Amino acid sequence: MTREEIIKPENLVYRRTPVLTDNVMHYCPGCGHGTVHRLIAEVIEEMGIQDKTIGVAPVGCSVLAYNYFDVDFVEAAHGRAPAVATAIKRLHQNHFVFTYQGDGDLAAIGTGETIHACNRGENIVIIFVNNGIYGMTGGQMAPTTLPNMKTSTSPYGRDVEVMGPPLKITELVAQLPGTYYVTRQAVYTPALVRKAKKAIRQAFENQKLNKGVSFVEIVSNCNSGWKLTPVKSNEWLEENMLPFYPLGDIKVPAKEV
Amino acid sequence: MAFKGTLIIDTEKCKGCGVCIIGCPQKCIALGKKVNKKGYNHLEIIEDTCIGCANCAVVCPDGVIEVYKVKV
Repeated sequence: MTREEIIKPENLVYRRTPVLTDNVMHYCPGCGHGTVHRLIAEVIEEMGIQDKTIGVAPVGCSVLAYNYFDVDFVEAAHGRAPAVATAIKRLHQNHFVFTYQGDGDLAAIGTGETIHACNRGENIVIIFVNNGIYGMTGGQMAPTTLPNMKTSTSPYGRDVEVMGPPLKITELVAQLPGTYYVTRQAVYTPALVRKAKKAIRQAFENQKLNKGVSFVEIVSNCNSGWKLTPVKSNEWLEENMLPFYPLGDIKVPAKEV
Repeated sequence: MAFKGTLIIDTEKCKGCGVCIIGCPQKCIALGKKVNKKGYNHLEIIEDTCIGCANCAVVCPDGVIEVYKVKV
């Protein structure tokens, strides 16, 4: 069977979702941001909510997220995405609101907004991409940087005696009464991508129930910041990040009887 | 039941990260010697053994792969 015989519209099994625009993403080769963008776009397409979804972009590598999604987007000040999303959701209650944040945005400068939005139980989805570094500004140490991990501002490794231990913000927000669904996923293998997509789908479905914050952390790589090739950085992620940030659901909704 | 698949690779958008190659169970894709306009060695099909599992497309950060599959 020739290639031309296989390439027919009825045989299509996978294509780039039209919810993403045709712009080439500015992310480094192999960056998990692109995958997470695609997963969110696919979930929006599957649920048929493209015209009533509002995203909130952060400051960080994903600051230009609004160039890649074909949905309404608001750019928030650094770390303030949950606060902006709160306002949008309260004014447009029949819309789906999600924030897309990195670890420097959500776990550093925006810790206050994150914790209070989660504590109030705002009915939003928070997508948190954690790569343990400030990727955009040149690989500085973030609150989520692992102990002894070398960054440009901790060249001898993160010394927990001086700089403190890493912040597990996902476990922290899981303790708050306002969160409904808290999970941690990764996107470096096909199987994990499919699982992460299910988690993002669940988070968006939860928004229909009006129960509170759905918080999805994606442990991702930063091959430029970690000074590794894309494939090597995924191996490093598996060896070093995952023991500290174990994957799985942290808080799941109790089944209603 | 066997499947046969093939890919359409948007070579101009491919950044040559190679994450898809690790995920391919048939080892039918690789980074070639040709470069695209941005200077990346883009993905190429090297063997005609694709089964259309779409693992490469699912893991691709830039969504450059389109997958077609038929039963044979």
